[in-house]
Amino acid sequence: MSSPMRGYPRADGRKGIRNVVAVAYLVECAHHVSREIVASARDGDVHLIGFPGCYPNAYAQQMMEKLCTHPNIGAVLLLSLGCESFNKFSLADIVEKSGRPVHTLTIQNDGGSLKTIKAGQAWVQEQLAALRDAPTVPMAVEELIIGTVCGGSDGTSGLTGNPAVGRAFDTLVSAGATCIFEETGELIGCEEIMASRAVTPELGDELRASVAKAATYYATLGYGSFAPGNADGGLSTIEEKSMGAYAKSGSSPISGIVKPGTVPPRGGLYLMDVVPDGEVRYGFPNISDTAEIVELIASGSHMTLFVTGRGSVVGSAIAPVIKVCANPDTYRRMEDDMDVDAGRILEGAASLDEVGAEIFELIQSVAAGAQTKSEALGHREFILTYKSFEPAGPACLPS
Amino acid sequence: MTDPRLLLLSPQDNILVAREPIPAGEAVVVGDHPVTLAARLDRGHKIARQAIRTGEKILKYGAPIGSATQAIAIGDSVHIHNIKSDYTATHVIAKPTTEAKP
Repeated sequence: MSSPMRGYPRADGRKGIRNVVAVAYLVECAHHVSREIVASARDGDVHLIGFPGCYPNAYAQQMMEKLCTHPNIGAVLLLSLGCESFNKFSLADIVEKSGRPVHTLTIQNDGGSLKTIKAGQAWVQEQLAALRDAPTVPMAVEELIIGTVCGGSDGTSGLTGNPAVGRAFDTLVSAGATCIFEETGELIGCEEIMASRAVTPELGDELRASVAKAATYYATLGYGSFAPGNADGGLSTIEEKSMGAYAKSGSSPISGIVKPGTVPPRGGLYLMDVVPDGEVRYGFPNISDTAEIVELIASGSHMTLFVTGRGSVVGSAIAPVIKVCANPDTYRRMEDDMDVDAGRILEGAASLDEVGAEIFELIQSVAAGAQTKSEALGHREFILTYKSFEPAGPACLPS
Repeated sequence: MTDPRLLLLSPQDNILVAREPIPAGEAVVVGDHPVTLAARLDRGHKIARQAIRTGEKILKYGAPIGSATQAIAIGDSVHIHNIKSDYTATHVIAKPTTEAKP
């Protein structure tokens, strides 16, 4: 058993399992300056996030607000070029009201690249020193929010890794924790069995509608959420991939549907609806696995369970990623990237329950401070692009 | 008695999943039918548990995962060459034959 979990207390009552300084660029033009600031602080928990677009987008603005006030964040440096549309004033105000140190540098006003980099590096060092002795308080399993994604799926994902995560989710939900699974584009074909697990018939209708929206959206774009590597790994159709992906949700009742950035109101199992509302615009709902991880984090996930068969290597800025490897051959080939060897279930060396229990234990030790493989390797991937959402319907969240 | 290297995930299924790679030419038993594998069956890939007609649903985990685009004989590989999605088409890229297989 790991050491007891402790969290960094935040003004909104949530607790963080990390104390990260976020350096956020608010347009691609400020990306390089931000990267230089982060690169000078490799030894500290300083993570690069940002939004590249110059045009305003309500979704991106809200995502950045939620990410910069995530419980794992201790301080925020905002990098503006100066002429972009992003509302840095509103973002800085929200971060300040959350009780976190925040500072904005504007490259056009602060003397250009070099002077801004120097000023940013100095501010980050001050924050790292101040955060070093930040107090922690005891944290319980029921305070955790855990997200799950799968990526680089193959024919083993739905046999080992995904159902093992489902067992861990069942344990978490019965302990009062909050679990979020996704994504509706990879639940096509599962809508009826999923709807049958909804806590109300109205929520069941919303679950069906969310998958129907995803099917229409992807059909319009001409491709499903299915990569050529999925077929190399033995998956033939999106429905087959979906059935495997669905197993990540476990068997608990489904309490609600959240959209990216909505923090579930209480413990239970939630579906994240990542497919934009309205007419198809801006392109694919999630252009890569990292986009889904970032959305789970924006909804408050302290960490993400990532099931892979082919072998993903990504981690994430802000919140740790636990890599669950479904395929024993992939595990042997890429052991340095994998936290859990779920493929041994196929070889008769462990049961689904045993691997599920191992994942539950690992979640607690990572929450207590143990580094995941991707964290130790310095994987801090991040991506945020344009989307548009409408507010969720009244049946989507428990009252 | 079906070969223990082949997994039946649900009693309704008309396919079996390879628990480990099985080389081409190997004799395996499917139900009580002896069949010889025409090609290597990779881990996680599927073969037909019974004869499947054109247009018939493919069942895995007891759920439909697509439809047969041609008749499939017992013991044949079941994959993108003979089944299709009932939702969106599967996208694959042609690979140079020299690419190393992971």
